[in-house]
Order: sequence, then C-alpha cells, then structure tokens
Amino acid sequence: MNSTTIESAPDAAADWPDGLYDLLKQYNVRQVALVPDAGHSRLIKRCLADNTLRVVTLTTEEEGVALMQGAWLGGDRSVLLMQSSGVGNCINMLSLSSIHRTPMPMIITMRGDFGEFNPAQIAMGQATQKVLEAMGTIVHRADHAADVVPTAEATLKLAYNTFRPTATLIGQRVLGAKTFGKD
Amino acid sequence: MVKLGASGKLDRRDLTRVLFEDRGGMLVVAGLGAPAWDISAVDDGPQNLPLWGGMGGAAMIGLGLALAQPDRTVLVLTGDGEMLMGIGSLATIAHQKPRNLSIVVQDNEHYGETGMQETATRHGTDLVKMAEGAGIRRIMLVTEASDVPALKAAVYAQEGPFFAVVKIDAASLPLVLPPREGAILQARMREHLLGPKAHLA
Repeated sequence: MNSTTIESAPDAAADWPDGLYDLLKQYNVRQVALVPDAGHSRLIKRCLADNTLRVVTLTTEEEGVALMQGAWLGGDRSVLLMQSSGVGNCINMLSLSSIHRTPMPMIITMRGDFGEFNPAQIAMGQATQKVLEAMGTIVHRADHAADVVPTAEATLKLAYNTFRPTATLIGQRVLGAKTFGKD
Repeated sequence: MVKLGASGKLDRRDLTRVLFEDRGGMLVVAGLGAPAWDISAVDDGPQNLPLWGGMGGAAMIGLGLALAQPDRTVLVLTGDGEMLMGIGSLATIAHQKPRNLSIVVQDNEHYGETGMQETATRHGTDLVKMAEGAGIRRIMLVTEASDVPALKAAVYAQEGPFFAVVKIDAASLPLVLPPREGAILQARMREHLLGPKAHLA
C-alpha cells in the first residue's frame, strides 16, 4: 500500500480492475466519466490508454450524471466512476434519469465503510446506498474481490436494458482500509 | 437584426429566432426555465432537448451529446443562473475541447423563474472571464444587435469549444411549453439521430 496517500488502492495482484475494463469494452461503453479515486486508479489508467474510450475527468460528480444524459441522447453508452463521497454530489442531478429514462450505471468505491480510519468519511459512506436508493437507483454491493466483476456486469446490464440509474458499491473490505498503525 | 427590449438590451426570443434560422442539423440543449420556453417558441422538434430539471447540468449534457455526435453542431442555450450552478463544467469542457460544442448564456442578471432575484452577474461576476479562465479559448461578450452575426457564425463554425454571454432584456415573455414528458424528449432526439433502431438499443 502506498505510504504517501491516505487512500487505499487494490494491491497489484488484484485482477478485478482489469476485469472491469474488459466489461466496459464488452458492453461497448464509449464515455467514461470520473472523479479520480485511488480504488479506481488502475481502471482509470487502462481507460486513458484506450483511445476508443473517451475519459471525461469531472470537477464534481454531478457533472458526470449530466454527461451520461447527453451521451445517451447522442447514442453513446457511458459509465460514471467515483468514490462514495461523490454520490452526495449527484443527488438532484440523478433526477435526469427518472425524467428521461436514461441508463446511468455507476461503479463506486466505498469509503466510510469496512474498517475506515478517517472519521470524515463515515457520514457520506454510511449514507451512500440510502441516498442512491432514495433517487431510484438499483444498488448492489460487492464485498469480496470475486464478486466485483459479476456485480458490475449486472449493474451495466440493468442500466442499459432497463433505462435507469444503477450502481455497484465496491466495499472497503475489497479495497483495504488504511490505518496508519492505529490498528 | 435582432430586436431590442424595453431596456435597450437584446430580446431573448428574437435572439433565439436568429440563432435558429437555417439551423440545418444543429442540436440544441436548453437550460430549464426561459431558455427552454424560448427554443420551444421558435422551433420545437426532435433536434431540441428543452430541460425541465437538472439545473447546472445543461453544459455537461451538451458535452456528452457533442462527444457522441462529433459531426453535429451542438448548442447549449442557457441562463446565467443555470450556468453559475454548473460553472465547474467549463473547466471539464475546456479539457475535452469538443470542436462542435457552443455554449450561449442569455444573461438577464436574474433568476427569472423564481421572482427575478438578482444573480451574481448583476454584481460583477463575469462569466466570459470565468470561461476564459477555465481554459476556453474562443469567447465572446455580446451587448449589441450588431454583434449577433459574428455570434451566430461562431456557433456554427465547429471551431469550438465556444462560449458566449449575451446581455439580454430581463422581461418575461409569454410561456411556450415543450412536451413535459422527458422520455419523449429524449426518445425523439435519439430517433432523429439513430433511426428506429434507437428504441431497440
């Protein structure tokens, strides 16, 4: 684990980030909206290296919700990658999906979750699933590495086939929680 | 020539009319409130997405659409209040550099739908400078009817991203409402762009 940041990234042996990249290709995703997260860093690197994917780095996550609306309007599939704290920034914008029936799949790395160290992450982390569900999002969790790719695949399918916001929450148990020796 | 309102500033609906004349394949996303009524009054149809919600999202919807349809001119027509709420998206758009995207802010310096409370642009906030600071190279401030031909040429030039503020008369004009069902608004544009297979995606 990197000792210069407070965020946790999956260790190098984990293969689910590559599995997520393969899913984006398999489902013909063209626009990848994101606010960077350490948990998604390897997936982001794979997307940036692929010139058939348009990576749109956002200033705030709600921009990604609006981007997904525009992408679908123009015939592109898209996905939003973010950390759980970013979900709070999306709440009202998610109404675009229920207004227009727009597929809006989200793949979210959890903070404020299993074994969290930082008190500031707890409030939004614990509210993440409730907030998404309150806005009509179908939410599934993946708390074991082996579940991440199948769960994300279900999230993509549900969004593109049934025209609504959907989310996979990748639990902190998968990502690891940093403790700074305060174990 | 675009008509002027009682204040001597440009009339918003007549500006919209001029921007839409001979629009060809231009796609338009209009921010909620008066810009949505303006585009509906001038030319409602499948090339328009008038917004009923998602305040602060118009420019980003335009970006997603412009990236998906790189050969189409995409215009985001919105108000100063809506643009202020999504101001960070100007940095995101400058980063992406979509040549076919233009954003035109009809700036009446007020929140028109909620009782004409003043916005920050009434008190010195300069959206053109904010766009320039965000990294958008092609910018324009329009205060005179004689500037409008150059504005229109820039919107259609596909040398964007292009950002303009037009100072408009603050009068509220008669409501002309687009369809209220958002699923129809989305589906009609998708069908226009993709054909009947849009509904089998």
